[in-house]
Amino acid sequence: MAEAILDLKNVCFSWKNSGRELLNLPELLVEQHEHVFLRGPSGSGKSTLLALVGGILVSDSGTLKVLGKEIKNLSSSSRDSFRVDHIGFIFQLFNLLPYLSIEENVMLPLSFSKSRAERAGKTKLEQINEAHRLLIALELEEPLAEKSTVVELSVGQQQRVAAARALIGNPELVIADEPTSALDSDLRHSFLELLFSECKKSGSTLLFVSHDSSLSELFKKVISMNEINIVNK
Amino acid sequence: MLNLFIRSLWNRRSTAVLTIFSISISVTLLIGVENIRKGVRTSFSSAVSGTDIIVGARGGSLQLLLYSIFRIGNATNNLSWESYNEFHNDKRVKWTIPISLGDSHRGFRVLGTNQEYFKHFRYGSKNKLEFSRGQSFSKVFDVVIGSEVAIKLNYRLNEKIIIAHGTGRKSFLKHDDRPFKVVGILKPTGTPVDQSLHVSLEGITAMHIDWESGAPPMEGESLSSADILKLDLKPEEITSFLIGLKSKIHAFSLQRQINSFKEEPLSAIMPGVALQELWNLLRTAEVGLRIITWFVLFAGLLGMMTSLLSGLNERRREMAILRSVGAGPGTISFLLIFEAIFLTLVGILFGLLFLYITLFVSQPLLEAYFGLFIPIQPPSVKDLIILGVIILNGMLMGLIPALRAYRQSLSDGMTIRL
Repeated sequence: MAEAILDLKNVCFSWKNSGRELLNLPELLVEQHEHVFLRGPSGSGKSTLLALVGGILVSDSGTLKVLGKEIKNLSSSSRDSFRVDHIGFIFQLFNLLPYLSIEENVMLPLSFSKSRAERAGKTKLEQINEAHRLLIALELEEPLAEKSTVVELSVGQQQRVAAARALIGNPELVIADEPTSALDSDLRHSFLELLFSECKKSGSTLLFVSHDSSLSELFKKVISMNEINIVNK
Repeated sequence: MLNLFIRSLWNRRSTAVLTIFSISISVTLLIGVENIRKGVRTSFSSAVSGTDIIVGARGGSLQLLLYSIFRIGNATNNLSWESYNEFHNDKRVKWTIPISLGDSHRGFRVLGTNQEYFKHFRYGSKNKLEFSRGQSFSKVFDVVIGSEVAIKLNYRLNEKIIIAHGTGRKSFLKHDDRPFKVVGILKPTGTPVDQSLHVSLEGITAMHIDWESGAPPMEGESLSSADILKLDLKPEEITSFLIGLKSKIHAFSLQRQINSFKEEPLSAIMPGVALQELWNLLRTAEVGLRIITWFVLFAGLLGMMTSLLSGLNERRREMAILRSVGAGPGTISFLLIFEAIFLTLVGILFGLLFLYITLFVSQPLLEAYFGLFIPIQPPSVKDLIILGVIILNGMLMGLIPALRAYRQSLSDGMTIRL
């Protein structure tokens, strides 16, 4: 059996200054190629969990393995490069740098990660082609051809550019943190379908975080934050 | 990374330009003040090179220096021709230049002297006076004019001019019954010589013959120029004189001897010492000026820090995105420090550019109107130290927002609660 993408056991985290416990996860397991819906209202510890997985925060106790690597044992700079090498992020809103072009935004992780750059293409030209391929697959052919600036894009288009950025260079894990909450409901479904098919193509595992349970029916595996985080019980 | 930095800064170009502008203005001021200070000093020192002692009627040494060399202010008293001769014939003395002041021509001072002036007077790095046209005066009513006088008043050789009594620009008492003829025009020197008219001592006497206690002769009583020439025009008194010594060793003993001269109360000064006195006098003003310019710089750098700090909140999103694609908190704070250094450096470059353009444009004007020659030189070691201090300060100012960004990016991580 392939190694688990996420393997968390007895992970605890509390803010140093307040001492208040935010997270106490006895167990969380995400297998490769799974599409997981992580449901939870705000304040349920979702953001904390993502920060721990991304290696921005470090847990107080327990084991937290991403791709079989214990995050805690990495230095802070190797946590930074580990994050970009293996994880693509899509956020709720304002994912893009306004001063970069659409394709430059997509290619941003490649300048921070050698391994993702190599996976995207051997030469600069191949990497640009890969970015274009992703953008076209995510139905962004038109703004790309018109050389639109990022701020001219609609919110839905911006989120798709962010998805392309998260997918470029085939990272093992794509984390989408409420990426659809700013979209209309029909846009939500088409966005998710595109995201699913691209994740499947690149073989990436998808961890989709949202408080909107109406989307959960699209996923095979649904995890409720309230059930796994025993702090809030 | 560099591309990212440039694009990000370009996105915030209006505040960046303002920051650069305020830094460059302070740099221009700082280095400019320093340059002008040096220019003034060399300009002043260059006006008296080669002269060992200046002698005038008893009075303040600074005053004597200012009126005899820089034509600033007036002498309170004259000294007698006999006293002059006494020291002129002294064994230790190599040469003397008598100076007689008190008249003017359309705002320019008239200086009565003799041939020794053209032979021995030195300016700058021991340069001799040279004629661009004509030659030295030989007749009583001949005049040699400085380069500025010639240009400003558009005088040519053989022009007839009238000299006014007193030193005001508008004088009502004119020696208009005795016109002078321009026989020589001096080359530019960058010293007060350029703004002077030179006549013989006899010419000065001739101008004033039959004037009674500073008032012109009654009508019909004035003598004609031809009559005057028949008279004995040997001067009775002069304003001051310059001494060149055979050996500098004698400077102190001769100075003491002149200062304690029994026949007449005299003052003898050494130009270098008197200039030093002048610098001491001006030092307070210089220090004040420098403190002000440092404060201007400080305000500029503080402005940069403010814009970096206030921009930090707007840039939280940018920082978070960079964090999500693998930038560490160190990278993000480095970006801010780098930005501060970059802005300071560009500010300095523009400041220097602005300074040199200003110097280039104002140099001929300053020389023409104030006789002040500001040399255009590459930045001195002192300037470079000042610039180094500015860069260092810019870096320090960038450090505070950078630390803040470091902590912010640690606590924000990739998600920002809006």
